[in-house]
Amino acid sequence: MTHTLPPHFLPRDQLQQLFDNLQRSGHQIYGPQVRDGAIVYAPLKSTSALPQGVEDHHAPASYRLINNGSEHWFDWVSTAQGVKPLLFRPRETLWRATRDTTGAPHFEDPANSTEKLAIIGLRACDLAALRLQDRHFLSVNHSPDPFYAARRQHLFIIAINCTRAVESCFCSSTGDGPRCDPTAGFDIAMTELDSGFVITSATPQGRQVTKPLTLRSASKAECDEAAQHEANATRQVRAVPSQNMRDTLFNALDHPQWDKIASRCLSCGNCTSVCPSCFCYSEQSEAELDGSSSEQQREWDSCFTPGHSYMHGITLRHDTRLRYRQWLTHKFAGWHDQYGRSGCTGCGRCITWCPPGIDLTAELAILNRAGGETDDG
Amino acid sequence: MMDNPHRPWRARVVERIQESGTVFTLRLEFLDPEIRAGYRFAPGQFNMVYLYGVGEVAISIVSDPKDPTLLDHTIRTVGRVTNGISQLQAGDIIGLRGPYGRGWPMQEAEGRDVLVITGGLGCAPVVSVINYIAERRKQFGKLTILQGVKLPKDLIWRDRFERWIKEPNTEVLLAADKGDPSWPWHVGLVVELFDQMRLSDHTIVMMCGPEGMMRACVDELLLRQIPEHAIYLSMERNMQCALGQCGHCQYGADFVCRDGPVFSYKQIEPLFTHSGF
Repeated sequence: MTHTLPPHFLPRDQLQQLFDNLQRSGHQIYGPQVRDGAIVYAPLKSTSALPQGVEDHHAPASYRLINNGSEHWFDWVSTAQGVKPLLFRPRETLWRATRDTTGAPHFEDPANSTEKLAIIGLRACDLAALRLQDRHFLSVNHSPDPFYAARRQHLFIIAINCTRAVESCFCSSTGDGPRCDPTAGFDIAMTELDSGFVITSATPQGRQVTKPLTLRSASKAECDEAAQHEANATRQVRAVPSQNMRDTLFNALDHPQWDKIASRCLSCGNCTSVCPSCFCYSEQSEAELDGSSSEQQREWDSCFTPGHSYMHGITLRHDTRLRYRQWLTHKFAGWHDQYGRSGCTGCGRCITWCPPGIDLTAELAILNRAGGETDDG
Repeated sequence: MMDNPHRPWRARVVERIQESGTVFTLRLEFLDPEIRAGYRFAPGQFNMVYLYGVGEVAISIVSDPKDPTLLDHTIRTVGRVTNGISQLQAGDIIGLRGPYGRGWPMQEAEGRDVLVITGGLGCAPVVSVINYIAERRKQFGKLTILQGVKLPKDLIWRDRFERWIKEPNTEVLLAADKGDPSWPWHVGLVVELFDQMRLSDHTIVMMCGPEGMMRACVDELLLRQIPEHAIYLSMERNMQCALGQCGHCQYGADFVCRDGPVFSYKQIEPLFTHSGF
């Protein structure tokens, strides 16, 4: 596929100027950095903080970084955690109650974020997941979430086209990658070459930030080289059986494979924590010790916890089989009814970070087989 | 900040009525005159009731929608939040937000016979239906109420049931799992009451209660040629945000807090026979 917007060339040493432009316009930049042996999004000011020559290698329950000696900043494929925590905070205050002298409560909103975030490094799967979170938290079916909306409103996105795939990737099969489509929701997308980047702006904000750099058009050779690198990322070893598993899964609720999965699943919730589309949260009232005020807070929750399905003394999903079935049927079936597509964008994090290495693409393939066959027949 | 849909408004406890040992009703009124004037609800919808420093709980509104300024919430003391709420007295201020969800199909029920089935302790969501019909008796056909309880002492509003029994064109059939000398009605399960009544072909059914009971009743109703689309159920799930956002009350494609709590059986039939959703 060719670039539909005229691509420019950004020399490697000018990426810092792009960062400077963003910071001058009031953005706090978050970018990939190595922390404790993993690539995570963290605040940065300078390109020197980027992970140079770092490749990530994934397998079920395995994640390793190696140094490949290259000058590249984006040879890694997947951050350990997506951008979800930067917009849908793992924990945040929804409102605050204070008591007056009569003991009666008064309610007030917390100060909402006015921070302008710029994130560099999102891949096509992450962009697709961001669109899914937008659908949920900004849905017209209910009142939009003011906290998510405030952060999302000012978000500036620099997407990176993948030039490798790791063993857990399957975005080609979900239709979400590996290349960032011009309508995917980025401001700028870049493909890394040895000498710099082939760069495309998709929004007025994107053009505004790149304009002072007076970039030249990318040459045909540069575009061809970028396309070659991008083609590497299409070599993926995993795939979902189909982009629409709705009927298959809802018709497989009594499949014996659920028991087999449950015998391996720890019900730990790692998959839901790293899943860029999972949106569940619980609420708690956190009262001050002196009783003068209480904050209503939300915190990421997981359908793998017993509390998720608890109501007046009953835990509806009392075992791992029911919890895994809830997760998979919601992600790959319920989402179609709720938001018109599957809730999975093929990032593969749930495979990498699952302690027993459960591979949901393999499980879907088994559940997809007619007649209730399990993996050992 | 744009409107914060999570934040409650202040409301006053106007009256507290003890209905039974563990069941009580709070009559609530919003303090802000503007909120009070703009508030409208339908039978079957619910509010989130907040107790300072303890938390929120979803409670269905049982009073008549013709007065949307005084809102009755009948609550059973079962957990941390309801225990705290049970200590409230008239004059206390709490948090309240709503109304949420889709209520009972009262318009669709007009001109038809209505069968109300409830089980468990004082099933508040359908009491709103009974009250609604009793207030507008001529707009509806025959009203049949089947109520099941575990023990005779679990029947709250016994005086109301005894009054409804005497209403014209109304039949009330009660069952208790275990009887005692104070119980003149059936001893056994709610489904066993089906043989005591006749269902017209223009009956609409509204039920709420334990899912096991509702499943058994749906089976009986389908056997008796009541179509799936004429059976409505009020579902209960863990609800925390009430905005279709926190994910706890998802039931297949639906968020019970937003797309329910009242569903037609046709809508939820694919998952209704499976536990764990």
